[in-house]
Amino acid sequence: MRIGIVCPYSWDVPGGVQFHIRDLAEHLIRLGHEVSVLAPADDETPLPPFVVSAGRAVPVPYNGSVARLNFGFLSAARVRRWLHDGDFDVIHIHEPTSPSLGLLTCWAAQGPIVATFHTSNPRSRAMIAAYPILQPALEKISARIAVSEYARRTLVEHLGGDAVVIPNGVDVDFFARAEPKEEWRGRPDAPTIGFIGRIDEPRKGLPVLMRALPGILEQCPGTRLLVAGRGDEEDAVAALPREMRANVEFLGMVSDEDKARLLRSVDVYVAPNTGGESFGIILVEALSAGAPVLASDLDAFAQVLDQGSAGELFTNEDAAALAAAAVRLLGDPEHRAGLSERGSNHVRRFDWSRVGSDILAVYETVAAGAASVAADERTGLFSRFGLARD
Amino acid sequence: MTTLIWIVAALVVIGVYLSWTAGRLDRLHTRIDAARAALDAQLLRRASVAQELATAGVLDPAASIVLYQAAHAARQVEEEQREVAESELSQALRAVFAEEPQVEAVRAAPGGEESLGELTAAVRRVPMARRFHNDAVRAARAVRTHRKVRWFRLAGHAPFPMAFEMDDEPPVALGDDAPGRSA
Repeated sequence: MRIGIVCPYSWDVPGGVQFHIRDLAEHLIRLGHEVSVLAPADDETPLPPFVVSAGRAVPVPYNGSVARLNFGFLSAARVRRWLHDGDFDVIHIHEPTSPSLGLLTCWAAQGPIVATFHTSNPRSRAMIAAYPILQPALEKISARIAVSEYARRTLVEHLGGDAVVIPNGVDVDFFARAEPKEEWRGRPDAPTIGFIGRIDEPRKGLPVLMRALPGILEQCPGTRLLVAGRGDEEDAVAALPREMRANVEFLGMVSDEDKARLLRSVDVYVAPNTGGESFGIILVEALSAGAPVLASDLDAFAQVLDQGSAGELFTNEDAAALAAAAVRLLGDPEHRAGLSERGSNHVRRFDWSRVGSDILAVYETVAAGAASVAADERTGLFSRFGLARD
Repeated sequence: MTTLIWIVAALVVIGVYLSWTAGRLDRLHTRIDAARAALDAQLLRRASVAQELATAGVLDPAASIVLYQAAHAARQVEEEQREVAESELSQALRAVFAEEPQVEAVRAAPGGEESLGELTAAVRRVPMARRFHNDAVRAARAVRTHRKVRWFRLAGHAPFPMAFEMDDEPPVALGDDAPGRSA
Protein backbone atom coordinates (compact mmCIF):
# COMPACT_ATOMS: atom_id res chain seq x y z
CA MET A 1 0.00 0.00 0.00
CA ARG A 2 1.17 3.54 -0.69
CA ILE A 3 0.46 5.50 2.46
CA GLY A 4 0.88 9.23 3.01
CA ILE A 5 1.01 10.49 6.59
CA VAL A 6 0.67 14.15 7.50
CA CYS A 7 2.29 15.47 10.66
CA PRO A 8 1.00 18.89 11.76
CA TYR A 9 3.84 19.77 14.13
CA SER A 10 7.48 20.56 13.53
CA TRP A 11 9.61 17.45 13.04
CA ASP A 12 12.56 19.17 14.80
CA VAL A 13 10.65 19.53 18.05
CA PRO A 14 10.13 16.35 20.05
CA GLY A 15 6.51 15.65 20.88
CA GLY A 16 4.03 12.84 21.35
CA VAL A 17 2.37 13.19 17.96
CA GLN A 18 5.71 13.33 16.14
CA PHE A 19 6.99 10.20 17.90
CA HIS A 20 3.75 8.39 17.21
CA ILE A 21 4.02 9.19 13.49
CA ARG A 22 7.69 8.21 13.35
CA ASP A 23 7.01 4.86 14.99
CA LEU A 24 3.93 4.23 12.87
CA ALA A 25 5.84 5.00 9.67
CA GLU A 26 8.70 2.73 10.67
CA HIS A 27 6.31 -0.05 11.63
CA LEU A 28 4.46 0.17 8.30
CA ILE A 29 7.72 0.27 6.34
CA ARG A 30 8.88 -2.87 8.13
CA LEU A 31 5.67 -4.55 6.98
CA GLY A 32 6.58 -3.67 3.40
CA HIS A 33 4.36 -0.65 2.74
CA GLU A 34 5.47 2.50 0.99
CA VAL A 35 5.21 5.38 3.43
CA SER A 36 5.83 9.08 3.00
CA VAL A 37 5.46 11.53 5.87
CA LEU A 38 4.82 15.21 5.18
CA ALA A 39 5.97 17.31 8.11
CA PRO A 40 7.05 20.85 8.83
CA ALA A 41 10.83 20.97 9.28
CA ASP A 42 13.69 23.39 8.96
CA ASP A 43 15.51 22.86 5.72
CA GLU A 44 18.77 22.15 7.57
CA THR A 45 17.35 19.45 9.86
CA PRO A 46 18.50 15.98 8.87
CA LEU A 47 15.34 14.01 8.10
CA PRO A 48 14.76 10.26 7.89
CA PRO A 49 14.39 9.11 4.26
CA PHE A 50 10.61 8.75 4.54
CA VAL A 51 9.97 12.35 5.65
CA VAL A 52 9.24 15.13 3.17
CA SER A 53 9.64 18.66 4.48
CA ALA A 54 6.73 21.05 4.07
CA GLY A 55 8.87 24.01 4.97
CA ARG A 56 9.58 25.79 8.20
CA ALA A 57 6.85 26.07 10.80
CA VAL A 58 6.05 29.54 12.09
CA PRO A 59 5.65 30.02 15.83
CA VAL A 60 2.25 31.59 16.52
CA PRO A 61 0.30 31.90 19.72
CA TYR A 62 -2.55 29.42 19.47
CA ASN A 63 -4.82 27.89 22.06
CA GLY A 64 -3.00 29.23 25.08
CA SER A 65 0.54 28.33 24.09
CA VAL A 66 2.93 29.04 21.27
CA ALA A 67 2.43 26.47 18.56
CA ARG A 68 4.63 26.01 15.55
CA LEU A 69 2.31 25.76 12.60
CA ASN A 70 2.42 25.68 8.83
CA PHE A 71 0.00 27.63 6.73
CA GLY A 72 -0.11 30.03 3.87
CA PHE A 73 0.34 29.84 0.17
CA LEU A 74 3.75 28.12 0.07
CA SER A 75 2.74 25.34 2.43
CA ALA A 76 -0.45 24.73 0.47
CA ALA A 77 1.60 24.43 -2.73
CA ARG A 78 3.95 21.93 -1.08
CA VAL A 79 0.99 19.88 0.12
CA ARG A 80 -0.37 19.73 -3.43
CA ARG A 81 2.96 18.69 -4.87
CA TRP A 82 3.36 15.99 -2.24
CA LEU A 83 -0.13 14.65 -2.96
CA HIS A 84 0.57 14.68 -6.67
CA ASP A 85 3.99 13.00 -6.43
CA GLY A 86 2.93 10.43 -3.84
CA ASP A 87 -0.10 8.97 -5.68
CA PHE A 88 -1.23 7.47 -2.39
CA ASP A 89 -3.82 4.75 -1.81
CA VAL A 90 -4.72 6.38 1.47
CA ILE A 91 -3.59 9.41 3.41
CA HIS A 92 -3.52 9.57 7.17
CA ILE A 93 -3.83 13.04 8.68
CA HIS A 94 -2.99 13.66 12.30
CA GLU A 95 -4.75 16.38 14.25
CA PRO A 96 -6.87 17.66 11.35
CA THR A 97 -8.42 20.46 13.38
CA SER A 98 -5.18 22.24 14.18
CA PRO A 99 -4.65 25.11 11.74
CA SER A 100 -1.62 23.52 10.15
CA LEU A 101 -0.66 20.97 7.52
CA GLY A 102 -3.42 18.55 8.50
CA LEU A 103 -6.17 21.01 7.70
CA LEU A 104 -4.41 22.14 4.54
CA THR A 105 -4.20 18.56 3.33
CA CYS A 106 -7.82 17.91 4.15
CA TRP A 107 -8.68 20.96 2.13
CA ALA A 108 -6.51 20.04 -0.83
CA ALA A 109 -7.07 16.29 -1.13
CA GLN A 110 -9.85 13.97 -2.13
CA GLY A 111 -10.11 10.21 -1.84
CA PRO A 112 -9.68 7.90 1.15
CA ILE A 113 -8.61 10.08 4.07
CA VAL A 114 -8.04 8.70 7.56
CA ALA A 115 -7.64 11.15 10.43
CA THR A 116 -6.42 10.63 13.97
CA PHE A 117 -7.60 13.00 16.69
CA HIS A 118 -4.97 13.14 19.41
CA THR A 119 -6.01 15.96 21.70
CA SER A 120 -9.29 16.38 23.44
CA ASN A 121 -9.26 20.10 24.05
CA PRO A 122 -12.45 21.60 25.32
CA ARG A 123 -14.14 23.36 22.45
CA SER A 124 -12.35 26.64 21.90
CA ARG A 125 -13.93 29.84 20.70
CA ALA A 126 -11.75 29.82 17.60
CA MET A 127 -13.11 26.37 16.77
CA ILE A 128 -16.69 27.53 17.09
CA ALA A 129 -16.00 30.54 14.88
CA ALA A 130 -14.13 28.42 12.35
CA TYR A 131 -16.72 25.64 12.32
CA PRO A 132 -18.37 26.59 9.01
CA ILE A 133 -14.92 26.73 7.41
CA LEU A 134 -13.71 23.52 9.05
CA GLN A 135 -16.80 21.47 8.32
CA PRO A 136 -16.41 21.15 4.52
CA ALA A 137 -12.78 20.10 5.00
CA LEU A 138 -13.51 17.70 7.85
CA GLU A 139 -16.38 15.98 6.07
CA LYS A 140 -13.90 14.67 3.49
CA ILE A 141 -12.41 12.40 6.14
CA SER A 142 -13.61 8.88 5.47
CA ALA A 143 -12.47 7.36 8.74
CA ARG A 144 -11.80 8.94 12.09
CA ILE A 145 -9.59 7.45 14.74
CA ALA A 146 -9.59 8.66 18.34
CA VAL A 147 -6.66 7.73 20.57
CA SER A 148 -8.81 7.00 23.60
CA GLU A 149 -12.43 6.58 24.57
CA TYR A 150 -12.13 10.01 26.19
CA ALA A 151 -10.84 11.62 23.01
CA ARG A 152 -13.65 9.95 21.10
CA ARG A 153 -16.25 11.39 23.45
CA THR A 154 -14.95 14.95 23.03
CA LEU A 155 -14.77 14.44 19.28
CA VAL A 156 -18.37 13.28 19.12
CA GLU A 157 -19.51 16.19 21.29
CA HIS A 158 -17.66 18.84 19.30
CA LEU A 159 -17.81 17.67 15.74
CA GLY A 160 -20.59 15.09 15.73
CA GLY A 161 -20.20 11.79 13.94
CA ASP A 162 -18.26 8.89 15.30
CA ALA A 163 -14.77 7.45 15.47
CA VAL A 164 -13.08 4.15 16.16
CA VAL A 165 -10.77 3.99 19.15
CA ILE A 166 -7.22 2.87 18.44
CA PRO A 167 -4.70 3.73 21.15
CA ASN A 168 -1.23 5.08 20.47
CA GLY A 169 1.36 2.40 20.01
CA VAL A 170 4.47 1.64 21.99
CA ASP A 171 7.30 -0.78 21.28
CA VAL A 172 6.66 -2.70 24.47
CA ASP A 173 9.68 -4.98 24.16
CA PHE A 174 12.06 -2.05 23.74
CA PHE A 175 11.10 -0.92 27.23
CA ALA A 176 10.67 -4.39 28.71
CA ARG A 177 14.18 -5.42 27.66
CA ALA A 178 16.04 -2.26 28.65
CA GLU A 179 18.90 -2.74 31.10
CA PRO A 180 18.28 -1.06 34.48
CA LYS A 181 20.98 1.41 35.48
CA GLU A 182 22.51 0.83 38.89
CA GLU A 183 22.74 4.48 39.93
CA TRP A 184 19.02 5.00 39.23
CA ARG A 185 17.92 1.93 41.15
CA GLY A 186 16.48 2.40 44.58
CA ARG A 187 17.71 0.68 47.71
CA PRO A 188 15.35 -0.23 50.55
CA ASP A 189 16.56 2.78 52.54
CA ALA A 190 16.77 5.07 49.49
CA PRO A 191 14.04 4.27 46.97
CA THR A 192 13.81 6.20 43.71
CA ILE A 193 10.85 8.00 42.15
CA GLY A 194 10.90 8.86 38.45
CA PHE A 195 9.35 11.78 36.58
CA ILE A 196 9.68 12.40 32.85
CA GLY A 197 8.36 15.51 31.20
CA ARG A 198 8.91 19.18 30.55
CA ILE A 199 9.94 20.81 33.81
CA ASP A 200 8.60 24.25 32.95
CA GLU A 201 5.21 23.06 31.70
CA PRO A 202 2.84 23.22 34.70
CA ARG A 203 0.37 20.86 33.01
CA LYS A 204 2.96 18.09 33.24
CA GLY A 205 2.51 18.45 36.99
CA LEU A 206 6.03 18.71 38.39
CA PRO A 207 4.91 21.51 40.78
CA VAL A 208 2.35 19.12 42.32
CA LEU A 209 5.05 16.53 42.82
CA MET A 210 7.33 19.17 44.35
CA ARG A 211 4.59 20.11 46.82
CA ALA A 212 4.17 16.45 47.71
CA LEU A 213 7.87 15.78 48.12
CA PRO A 214 8.27 17.09 51.71
CA GLY A 215 5.49 14.74 52.79
CA ILE A 216 7.17 11.80 51.08
CA LEU A 217 10.59 12.61 52.50
CA GLU A 218 9.13 12.85 56.00
CA GLN A 219 8.12 9.17 55.86
CA CYS A 220 10.91 7.86 53.61
CA PRO A 221 13.85 10.20 54.22
CA GLY A 222 16.26 8.62 51.74
CA THR A 223 13.95 8.88 48.72
CA ARG A 224 15.51 10.27 45.56
CA LEU A 225 13.46 11.96 42.86
CA LEU A 226 14.90 11.58 39.35
CA VAL A 227 13.61 14.18 36.92
CA ALA A 228 14.21 13.86 33.19
CA GLY A 229 13.14 16.66 30.90
CA ARG A 230 13.90 20.13 29.62
CA GLY A 231 13.40 23.27 31.67
CA ASP A 232 14.82 25.54 34.34
CA GLU A 233 16.06 23.36 37.19
CA GLU A 234 16.54 26.22 39.65
CA ASP A 235 12.94 27.34 39.22
CA ALA A 236 11.66 23.83 39.68
CA VAL A 237 13.17 23.37 43.14
CA ALA A 238 12.66 26.97 44.26
CA ALA A 239 9.63 26.03 46.38
CA LEU A 240 11.45 23.20 48.16
CA PRO A 241 13.16 23.69 51.53
CA ARG A 242 16.90 24.01 50.90
CA GLU A 243 17.89 20.77 52.66
CA MET A 244 15.57 18.71 50.47
CA ARG A 245 16.95 19.95 47.18
CA ALA A 246 19.74 17.37 47.30
CA ASN A 247 17.10 14.65 47.00
CA VAL A 248 16.12 15.85 43.55
CA GLU A 249 18.38 14.91 40.67
CA PHE A 250 17.94 16.47 37.26
CA LEU A 251 18.99 14.34 34.31
CA GLY A 252 18.14 16.89 31.61
CA MET A 253 16.90 15.64 28.27
CA VAL A 254 17.46 11.89 28.03
CA SER A 255 17.78 9.65 25.00
CA ASP A 256 15.16 6.99 24.26
CA GLU A 257 17.51 4.32 25.60
CA ASP A 258 18.07 6.22 28.83
CA LYS A 259 14.37 6.86 29.18
CA ALA A 260 13.73 3.11 28.96
CA ARG A 261 16.54 2.39 31.42
CA LEU A 262 15.25 5.03 33.81
CA LEU A 263 11.76 3.52 33.72
CA ARG A 264 13.22 0.06 34.29
CA SER A 265 15.22 1.30 37.27
CA VAL A 266 12.86 3.40 39.38
CA ASP A 267 10.74 2.02 42.21
CA VAL A 268 7.75 4.20 41.37
CA TYR A 269 6.99 6.26 38.31
CA VAL A 270 4.84 9.32 39.05
CA ALA A 271 2.69 11.07 36.42
CA PRO A 272 1.14 14.07 38.19
CA ASN A 273 -0.19 15.71 34.99
CA THR A 274 -2.96 18.16 35.76
CA GLY A 275 -4.83 18.12 32.46
CA GLY A 276 -4.67 18.46 28.72
CA GLU A 277 -3.83 14.78 28.26
CA SER A 278 -5.92 12.71 25.94
CA PHE A 279 -3.85 9.56 26.07
CA GLY A 280 -0.71 9.38 28.23
CA ILE A 281 1.87 7.51 26.19
CA ILE A 282 4.42 7.92 28.98
CA LEU A 283 2.25 5.76 31.23
CA VAL A 284 2.20 3.04 28.59
CA GLU A 285 5.98 3.25 28.35
CA ALA A 286 6.33 3.04 32.12
CA LEU A 287 4.00 0.02 32.22
CA SER A 288 6.00 -1.60 29.41
CA ALA A 289 9.15 -1.20 31.45
CA GLY A 290 7.40 -2.81 34.40
CA ALA A 291 7.54 0.32 36.55
CA PRO A 292 4.81 0.61 39.19
CA VAL A 293 2.86 3.69 38.14
CA LEU A 294 1.22 6.36 40.27
CA ALA A 295 -0.78 8.84 38.20
CA SER A 296 -3.32 11.62 38.60
CA ASP A 297 -6.88 10.45 37.97
CA LEU A 298 -7.40 12.17 34.61
CA ASP A 299 -9.96 10.35 32.45
CA ALA A 300 -7.34 9.40 29.90
CA PHE A 301 -4.93 8.11 32.54
CA ALA A 302 -7.59 6.10 34.33
CA GLN A 303 -8.37 4.41 31.05
CA VAL A 304 -4.75 3.53 30.27
CA LEU A 305 -4.32 2.19 33.80
CA ASP A 306 -7.47 0.07 33.49
CA GLN A 307 -9.34 2.16 36.12
CA GLY A 308 -6.56 1.70 38.64
CA SER A 309 -5.87 -2.01 38.41
CA ALA A 310 -2.69 -1.62 36.33
CA GLY A 311 -1.46 1.41 38.28
CA GLU A 312 -2.41 3.57 41.26
CA LEU A 313 -4.43 6.75 40.82
CA PHE A 314 -4.57 9.81 43.07
CA THR A 315 -6.89 12.83 43.05
CA ASN A 316 -5.70 15.28 40.44
CA GLU A 317 -3.66 18.24 41.81
CA ASP A 318 -3.92 16.94 45.37
CA ALA A 319 -0.33 16.93 46.62
CA ALA A 320 -1.29 15.36 49.95
CA ALA A 321 -3.03 12.46 48.23
CA LEU A 322 -0.01 12.02 45.97
CA ALA A 323 2.34 11.95 48.95
CA ALA A 324 0.18 9.45 50.84
CA ALA A 325 -0.11 7.13 47.85
CA ALA A 326 3.61 7.34 47.11
CA VAL A 327 4.53 6.56 50.72
CA ARG A 328 2.14 3.61 50.71
CA LEU A 329 3.68 2.26 47.50
CA LEU A 330 7.29 2.80 48.56
CA GLY A 331 6.65 0.92 51.78
CA ASP A 332 5.01 -2.11 50.15
CA PRO A 333 7.29 -3.99 47.72
CA GLU A 334 4.73 -6.78 47.25
CA HIS A 335 2.05 -4.39 46.12
CA ARG A 336 4.55 -2.80 43.73
CA ALA A 337 5.44 -6.19 42.26
CA GLY A 338 1.75 -6.95 41.78
CA LEU A 339 1.16 -3.65 40.01
CA SER A 340 4.18 -4.21 37.83
CA GLU A 341 2.96 -7.64 36.78
CA ARG A 342 -0.61 -6.56 36.05
CA GLY A 343 0.76 -3.56 34.18
CA SER A 344 3.00 -5.71 31.99
CA ASN A 345 0.05 -7.89 30.98
CA HIS A 346 -2.30 -5.00 30.43
CA VAL A 347 0.16 -3.08 28.28
CA ARG A 348 0.32 -5.70 25.51
CA ARG A 349 -2.74 -4.15 23.86
CA PHE A 350 -0.70 -1.02 23.20
CA ASP A 351 2.08 -2.84 21.40
CA TRP A 352 2.73 -1.79 17.80
CA SER A 353 1.93 -5.27 16.54
CA ARG A 354 -1.67 -4.81 17.74
CA VAL A 355 -2.03 -1.08 17.12
CA GLY A 356 -0.37 -1.26 13.71
CA SER A 357 -2.64 -4.04 12.47
CA ASP A 358 -5.71 -2.12 13.68
CA ILE A 359 -4.58 1.00 11.83
CA LEU A 360 -3.89 -1.04 8.70
CA ALA A 361 -7.36 -2.54 9.00
CA VAL A 362 -8.75 1.01 8.91
CA TYR A 363 -6.64 1.83 5.84
CA GLU A 364 -7.85 -1.27 4.06
CA THR A 365 -11.47 -0.63 4.98
CA VAL A 366 -11.48 2.88 3.52
CA ALA A 367 -9.23 2.11 0.55
CA ALA A 368 -11.44 -0.80 -0.53
CA GLY A 369 -14.05 0.44 -2.98
CA ALA A 370 -12.51 3.90 -3.43
CA ALA A 371 -10.17 5.50 -5.92
CA SER A 372 -6.72 6.58 -4.78
CA VAL A 373 -5.99 9.95 -3.25
CA ALA A 374 -5.72 12.89 -5.61
CA ALA A 375 -5.47 16.62 -5.37
CA ASP A 376 -8.92 18.17 -5.13
CA GLU A 377 -8.88 20.29 -8.28
CA ARG A 378 -11.90 22.34 -7.36
CA THR A 379 -10.18 23.90 -4.38
CA GLY A 380 -7.83 26.05 -6.46
CA LEU A 381 -10.64 27.88 -8.17
CA PHE A 382 -12.65 28.38 -5.04
CA SER A 383 -9.85 29.47 -2.80
CA ARG A 384 -9.51 32.34 -5.25
CA PHE A 385 -13.18 33.12 -4.86
CA GLY A 386 -12.69 32.80 -1.15
CA LEU A 387 -9.96 35.45 -1.26
CA ALA A 388 -12.09 37.69 -3.43
CA ARG A 389 -14.95 37.56 -0.93
CA ASP A 390 -12.79 38.71 2.00
CA MET B 1 -26.79 50.93 -13.69
CA THR B 2 -24.70 50.38 -10.55
CA THR B 3 -27.64 48.66 -8.93
CA LEU B 4 -27.82 46.28 -11.85
CA ILE B 5 -24.11 45.48 -11.55
CA TRP B 6 -24.55 44.79 -7.86
CA ILE B 7 -27.50 42.53 -8.48
CA VAL B 8 -25.57 40.58 -11.11
CA ALA B 9 -22.54 40.33 -8.81
CA ALA B 10 -24.73 39.08 -5.96
CA LEU B 11 -26.34 36.51 -8.24
CA VAL B 12 -22.94 35.27 -9.38
CA VAL B 13 -21.72 34.92 -5.80
CA ILE B 14 -24.89 33.06 -4.81
CA GLY B 15 -24.55 30.84 -7.86
CA VAL B 16 -20.94 29.99 -7.09
CA TYR B 17 -21.85 29.25 -3.49
CA LEU B 18 -24.70 26.98 -4.50
CA SER B 19 -22.57 25.14 -7.02
CA TRP B 20 -19.86 24.71 -4.44
CA THR B 21 -22.40 23.28 -1.98
CA ALA B 22 -23.67 20.93 -4.65
CA GLY B 23 -20.08 19.79 -5.24
CA ARG B 24 -19.63 19.26 -1.54
CA LEU B 25 -22.79 17.21 -1.37
CA ASP B 26 -21.73 15.20 -4.38
CA ARG B 27 -18.46 14.39 -2.66
CA LEU B 28 -20.34 13.32 0.46
CA HIS B 29 -22.53 10.99 -1.58
CA THR B 30 -19.41 9.49 -3.16
CA ARG B 31 -18.02 8.97 0.30
CA ILE B 32 -21.20 7.20 1.41
CA ASP B 33 -21.08 4.93 -1.65
CA ALA B 34 -17.47 4.00 -0.94
CA ALA B 35 -18.21 3.43 2.75
CA ARG B 36 -21.26 1.32 1.89
CA ALA B 37 -19.22 -0.78 -0.55
CA ALA B 38 -16.59 -1.32 2.13
CA LEU B 39 -19.26 -2.28 4.67
CA ASP B 40 -20.85 -4.72 2.21
CA ALA B 41 -17.46 -6.28 1.54
CA GLN B 42 -16.78 -6.76 5.25
CA LEU B 43 -20.25 -8.19 5.94
CA LEU B 44 -19.94 -10.63 3.05
CA ARG B 45 -16.50 -11.63 4.17
CA ARG B 46 -17.75 -12.30 7.66
CA ALA B 47 -20.71 -14.34 6.41
CA SER B 48 -18.54 -16.46 4.10
CA VAL B 49 -15.94 -17.23 6.74
CA ALA B 50 -18.73 -18.13 9.17
CA GLN B 51 -20.33 -20.40 6.58
CA GLU B 52 -16.97 -22.01 5.81
CA LEU B 53 -16.39 -22.72 9.49
CA ALA B 54 -19.90 -24.12 9.86
CA THR B 55 -19.41 -26.59 7.02
CA ALA B 56 -15.80 -27.50 7.81
CA GLY B 57 -16.78 -30.01 10.47
CA VAL B 58 -14.62 -28.41 13.16
CA LEU B 59 -17.63 -27.39 15.25
CA ASP B 60 -20.12 -29.70 16.92
CA PRO B 61 -23.24 -30.41 14.80
CA ALA B 62 -25.57 -28.14 16.79
CA ALA B 63 -23.21 -25.17 16.61
CA SER B 64 -22.61 -25.90 12.93
CA ILE B 65 -26.31 -25.77 12.11
CA VAL B 66 -26.89 -22.55 14.08
CA LEU B 67 -23.94 -20.85 12.43
CA TYR B 68 -24.71 -22.15 8.95
CA GLN B 69 -28.33 -21.02 9.17
CA ALA B 70 -27.37 -17.51 10.32
CA ALA B 71 -24.57 -17.10 7.78
CA HIS B 72 -26.75 -18.38 4.96
CA ALA B 73 -29.58 -16.01 5.92
CA ALA B 74 -27.19 -13.07 6.10
CA ARG B 75 -25.96 -13.73 2.57
CA GLN B 76 -29.31 -14.40 0.94
CA VAL B 77 -31.60 -11.94 2.67
CA GLU B 78 -33.31 -9.06 0.88
CA GLU B 79 -32.01 -5.58 1.44
CA GLU B 80 -34.84 -4.53 3.81
CA GLN B 81 -34.16 -7.44 6.15
CA ARG B 82 -30.39 -7.17 5.95
CA GLU B 83 -29.83 -5.35 9.26
CA VAL B 84 -31.83 -7.98 11.15
CA ALA B 85 -30.12 -10.92 9.45
CA GLU B 86 -26.64 -9.52 10.04
CA SER B 87 -27.47 -8.85 13.69
CA GLU B 88 -28.62 -12.44 14.02
CA LEU B 89 -25.34 -13.62 12.56
CA SER B 90 -23.53 -11.52 15.19
CA GLN B 91 -25.61 -13.21 17.88
CA ALA B 92 -24.96 -16.66 16.45
CA LEU B 93 -21.21 -15.98 16.33
CA ARG B 94 -21.32 -14.74 19.90
CA ALA B 95 -23.19 -17.87 21.00
CA VAL B 96 -20.83 -20.25 19.21
CA PHE B 97 -17.58 -18.53 20.17
CA ALA B 98 -18.64 -17.56 23.67
CA GLU B 99 -15.80 -19.41 25.32
CA GLU B 100 -12.08 -19.66 24.89
CA PRO B 101 -12.01 -23.55 24.72
CA GLN B 102 -14.21 -23.50 21.60
CA VAL B 103 -11.82 -21.06 19.93
CA GLU B 104 -8.86 -23.25 20.93
CA ALA B 105 -10.57 -26.33 19.51
CA VAL B 106 -11.05 -24.62 16.16
CA ARG B 107 -7.49 -23.35 16.22
CA ALA B 108 -6.20 -26.89 16.74
CA ALA B 109 -8.09 -28.24 13.71
CA PRO B 110 -6.25 -28.36 10.38
CA GLY B 111 -6.55 -24.96 8.68
CA GLY B 112 -8.35 -23.69 11.77
CA GLU B 113 -5.71 -21.12 12.60
CA GLU B 114 -6.21 -19.48 9.24
CA SER B 115 -10.02 -19.47 9.26
CA LEU B 116 -9.99 -18.14 12.79
CA GLY B 117 -7.64 -15.34 11.77
CA GLU B 118 -9.99 -14.41 8.94
CA LEU B 119 -13.04 -14.55 11.19
CA THR B 120 -11.33 -12.42 13.84
CA ALA B 121 -10.37 -9.84 11.23
CA ALA B 122 -13.91 -9.85 9.86
CA VAL B 123 -15.72 -9.45 13.17
CA ARG B 124 -13.36 -6.62 14.05
CA ARG B 125 -13.72 -4.82 10.74
CA VAL B 126 -17.49 -4.93 10.47
CA PRO B 127 -17.99 -2.46 13.36
CA MET B 128 -15.21 -0.29 11.95
CA ALA B 129 -16.71 -0.15 8.46
CA ARG B 130 -20.17 0.44 9.90
CA ARG B 131 -18.95 3.33 12.02
CA PHE B 132 -17.29 4.94 9.00
CA HIS B 133 -20.43 4.44 6.93
CA ASN B 134 -22.74 5.94 9.52
CA ASP B 135 -20.36 8.83 10.05
CA ALA B 136 -20.53 9.61 6.33
CA VAL B 137 -24.33 9.32 6.43
CA ARG B 138 -24.51 11.75 9.32
CA ALA B 139 -22.28 14.28 7.55
CA ALA B 140 -24.37 14.10 4.38
CA ARG B 141 -27.62 14.41 6.31
CA ALA B 142 -26.33 17.49 8.12
CA VAL B 143 -25.77 19.20 4.78
CA ARG B 144 -28.95 17.88 3.15
CA THR B 145 -31.31 19.13 5.81
CA HIS B 146 -30.02 22.67 5.29
CA ARG B 147 -32.55 25.09 3.80
CA LYS B 148 -30.48 26.06 0.78
CA VAL B 149 -30.11 22.41 -0.21
CA ARG B 150 -33.83 21.72 0.09
CA TRP B 151 -34.99 24.92 -1.64
CA PHE B 152 -32.65 24.59 -4.59
CA ARG B 153 -32.87 20.78 -4.73
CA LEU B 154 -29.08 20.54 -4.72
CA ALA B 155 -29.16 16.87 -3.79
CA GLY B 156 -30.74 15.98 -7.14
CA HIS B 157 -32.22 12.50 -7.25
CA ALA B 158 -29.86 10.93 -4.72
CA PRO B 159 -31.91 9.03 -2.11
CA PHE B 160 -31.88 10.35 1.45
CA PRO B 161 -28.98 8.47 3.10
CA MET B 162 -29.88 5.91 5.74
CA ALA B 163 -27.60 4.71 8.53
CA PHE B 164 -26.94 0.97 8.77
CA GLU B 165 -28.07 -0.13 12.21
CA MET B 166 -27.14 -3.56 13.49
CA ASP B 167 -25.75 -5.43 16.44
CA ASP B 168 -22.07 -5.85 15.57
CA GLU B 169 -20.62 -6.74 18.96
CA PRO B 170 -17.82 -9.28 18.31
CA PRO B 171 -17.69 -12.54 20.30
CA VAL B 172 -15.79 -12.07 23.55
CA ALA B 173 -13.24 -14.74 22.73
CA LEU B 174 -12.43 -13.08 19.40
CA GLY B 175 -12.87 -9.45 20.41
CA ASP B 176 -10.65 -6.61 21.35
CA ASP B 177 -9.26 -7.96 24.57
CA ALA B 178 -9.11 -11.62 23.68
CA PRO B 179 -5.84 -13.20 24.75
CA GLY B 180 -3.57 -13.98 21.86
CA ARG B 181 -5.50 -11.90 19.34
CA SER B 182 -3.26 -11.64 16.34
CA ALA B 183 -5.22 -10.50 13.31
